[in-house]
Amino acid sequence: MAAAQGHAWRRFNPGRTQFAWLWRAVWLACLLPLLWLIAAGLSDTLGANPIEYITRATGDWTLRMLMITLTVTPLRQLTGWHWLVRLRRTLGLYAFFYACLHLTTYVWLDQFFDIGEIVKDIVKRPFITVGFGAFVLLLPLAATSTNGMIRRLGGRAWQRLHRLIYAIGTLGVVHYWWLVKKDITEPVIYASVLAVLLGARVWHARRMHRSVQAMTLPDGVS
Amino acid sequence: MLIKRPADIAPSEITPRSLFDGRRDFIRAAGLGAGAALLGGVLPVPAHAQTAARGAKLGPLARSAFSTDEKLNDYQDITGYCNFYEFGTDKGDPARNAHRMTTRPWTVSLEGMVQKPKTLAIEDVLRLAPLEERIYRLRCVEAWSMVVPWVGIPMSALLKQVEPLTGAKYVEFVTYHNPKEMPGTLLPVLDWPYVEGLRLDEAMHPLTLLAVGLYGEVLPNQNGAPMRLIVPWKYGFKSAKSIVKIRFTDKEPLSAWTRANGREYGFYSNVNPEVDHPRWSQARERRLGEFTKRKTLMFNGYGDQVASLYTGMDLKKYF
Repeated sequence: MAAAQGHAWRRFNPGRTQFAWLWRAVWLACLLPLLWLIAAGLSDTLGANPIEYITRATGDWTLRMLMITLTVTPLRQLTGWHWLVRLRRTLGLYAFFYACLHLTTYVWLDQFFDIGEIVKDIVKRPFITVGFGAFVLLLPLAATSTNGMIRRLGGRAWQRLHRLIYAIGTLGVVHYWWLVKKDITEPVIYASVLAVLLGARVWHARRMHRSVQAMTLPDGVS
Repeated sequence: MLIKRPADIAPSEITPRSLFDGRRDFIRAAGLGAGAALLGGVLPVPAHAQTAARGAKLGPLARSAFSTDEKLNDYQDITGYCNFYEFGTDKGDPARNAHRMTTRPWTVSLEGMVQKPKTLAIEDVLRLAPLEERIYRLRCVEAWSMVVPWVGIPMSALLKQVEPLTGAKYVEFVTYHNPKEMPGTLLPVLDWPYVEGLRLDEAMHPLTLLAVGLYGEVLPNQNGAPMRLIVPWKYGFKSAKSIVKIRFTDKEPLSAWTRANGREYGFYSNVNPEVDHPRWSQARERRLGEFTKRKTLMFNGYGDQVASLYTGMDLKKYF
């Protein structure tokens, strides 16, 4: 990367111990929302409708973790910090973790394991259909997150499979958009962030495509 | 255990009030709230964590035979968990922002198809009939419910003042709208002012209340001060808050929610477990403070009093 030269911060590349500490910090930071929720629950500060609060908080954090995971690649391209990719698995698994908590809240505290009602909801209520769809799509990604699975699938196939996160993020935002009663401010914010993150990929792919073309074209043709 | 079960003895009865009210500050000061402060912008601290001055005592209050003997929801939940979009769409926004609303002086004008149009000051309204306490169930269209000890007078006592014309079939309630005091109205979430409507016989029904108080005290701003409508057998949004105008008409009024989404919010909006909201079931509800959900009752349990208003009507069509 030619642009990387001259900027000392761009060359930052944590060593083995440094990265281990960084990873621990990220891991802990991702756990904070849950710890906060537990502390607030124990001290009775979740408001008049704690179950609604928990449902919303876990849903919010699923979307936020998905967005943060999707930020890794554009950020890497922007900064040249390629080591960021080594944090991506943790971030993605946290998105899955909060999605599990969100689904559990619904299945347990909202429907009390009434399978009939849950199936009816999934079939009849479009916002639940897409939300549940997003969760189902997360399953293969979580299952293939280990080094062994990456090896077994082969890098290319693994990467293709994990592009499902684009669909998952989109379904997650649609899920939120369709459930709000009237004020769509927050879903619009998530949709905008997602649009920027996906747009950055398109932009980057086009730029790479052009530079590859420029390199292969004979002299004199531009 | 995340869910707080109601205790036999309210903590407020064992702990001195001042300490009880300050317990959350104590927790915050003790450091548990450090994370909360850090995440303050992301995870808002519930509004009821904020202490608010309580209203002046109203009294003496007559008891009403319409009251339910179910367990009351506590004051903090009723005043901290509100839908009053003029102050913001988060349930805690009204408690945070409604103190800006000017409720004195306040007048309500009664107009339209009436013999004697009138404008009454809130003080005159309070003298129209003896104040009574009415403990009603409140069922929100979002599938949660509360039990609330309102204070008020029958709506009919106010409506009778102006002698409706025979052609008047409906009543439209127009509510206060002042963008300087209502930050939520800066967003076009609904068409402001918030408007609601009832059939005249619904409005004159003995259950229909003009509420001016809560828990024996002057109604807090976030609950619709200084006077609001309470129609206990309809979803909560029908019970318009902070009313400034009541118009008698021969046409069905177009309420704010029906205008916003007529497919989801109809004119009648009677509580009905058999007619789902297009996006969620209305069969069950979460009573605030309870862990499991309970079954929603037809007309919110007021069927004996109001079912006759709708004889012969298809309630799936007139939802």
